[in-house]
Amino acid sequence: MSDQTLRDFAVTTPMPDMGEAPWTPLTKPLSECRVAIVTTAALHVVRDEGFVPDDTTYRVLPADRRDLVLGHWSPNFDRSGFVADLDVVYPIDRLEELAAGGVIGSVAPHHYAFAGNQEDTLTGIRLDSGPAVAGLLRDDDVDVVLLTPV
Amino acid sequence: MCVLARVFEEHGLSTVALISVRGVAEQLPPPRGLYGEFPLGRPLGRPNDAPFQHDVLRRAFALLDRPSGPVLEDHPEVIESDTQPLACPMPPRYDPNLPEAVDEARGLRHAYDRTLARRGVTSIGRVLTADQVPNALAVLAAIADGADWKDAGFIGDPVQTCHDIRTYYEEAALSLLDVSPDAGQGEAWFYEQTAAGRTMLAARAQMREQGAPFPIWLYMARATR
Repeated sequence: MSDQTLRDFAVTTPMPDMGEAPWTPLTKPLSECRVAIVTTAALHVVRDEGFVPDDTTYRVLPADRRDLVLGHWSPNFDRSGFVADLDVVYPIDRLEELAAGGVIGSVAPHHYAFAGNQEDTLTGIRLDSGPAVAGLLRDDDVDVVLLTPV
Repeated sequence: MCVLARVFEEHGLSTVALISVRGVAEQLPPPRGLYGEFPLGRPLGRPNDAPFQHDVLRRAFALLDRPSGPVLEDHPEVIESDTQPLACPMPPRYDPNLPEAVDEARGLRHAYDRTLARRGVTSIGRVLTADQVPNALAVLAAIADGADWKDAGFIGDPVQTCHDIRTYYEEAALSLLDVSPDAGQGEAWFYEQTAAGRTMLAARAQMREQGAPFPIWLYMARATR
């Protein structure tokens, strides 16, 4: 299957040694937590600027917006699923359902998108735009971040 | 994405990451990861299948109960892509004087418009509008026939041009089908069954022959094509 070929190739990309994974334990039940989505599928609202190759910047996805564009430059993943159903990449409606059902406490008012799976962007995301978004998430009292790839 | 998970965790946020390439998560472990062997581009597995998507989320959020990490688990279901092209009704040949791909793209316009009306948004617009898709295919057809790619009349970056063309077709196809297409079937349909896909691959091969830069011709289509 060609996806396996691409997965095998992705593993050959040089990756930094970042040491042991940090760990922030959850200190309250999930039913009391505010959840945000951060996707690396390069989504953006329709009038926002798109992403360019090696882009390390982020876009804000307000929770009530569904008019999202998939702006990743790579042709190596399926987009027809996204065209048919936003939630297969960005499960915002599923989170709303979980909040309505009391499984999670609430859905954050803002979510964020980066362009992932790029070779030369790790430093910028690690030192600049990643911490910036972490600060914005904390400003919104987010407890849990769900990360979704392309 | 594994880097972002670590950055957020360092800043006091608990993270769960849906993983699409297990080998990357093994080399650079996120604190909590759920690997899904699903088609790339579908991290929640199945479009228009809320129960399946909730199952993915339930398993991902369950990782928050673990006392320590990193933890990387597999979703038990593997979703294989079908490599048989999608059976999608196509418009008849209308103007035989036009390159086949140009004629085809014009014929798909109503289907594209129906999808746009339903979704309210299009992912076309990197460099082209929907109106410009037939002309962009005329450029690719000329290159496939031997024209020099540098003088052929690309409106914008060739990679982004090809993205917009494929998006136009995928959005049009959604109005011609009753079901959400399987990822592999949709890809095989575009590259094997449509004149646009065949023209794109032929133009790409010509550009490679003509010495176009590797990142341009390579990313005009899926790397495995």
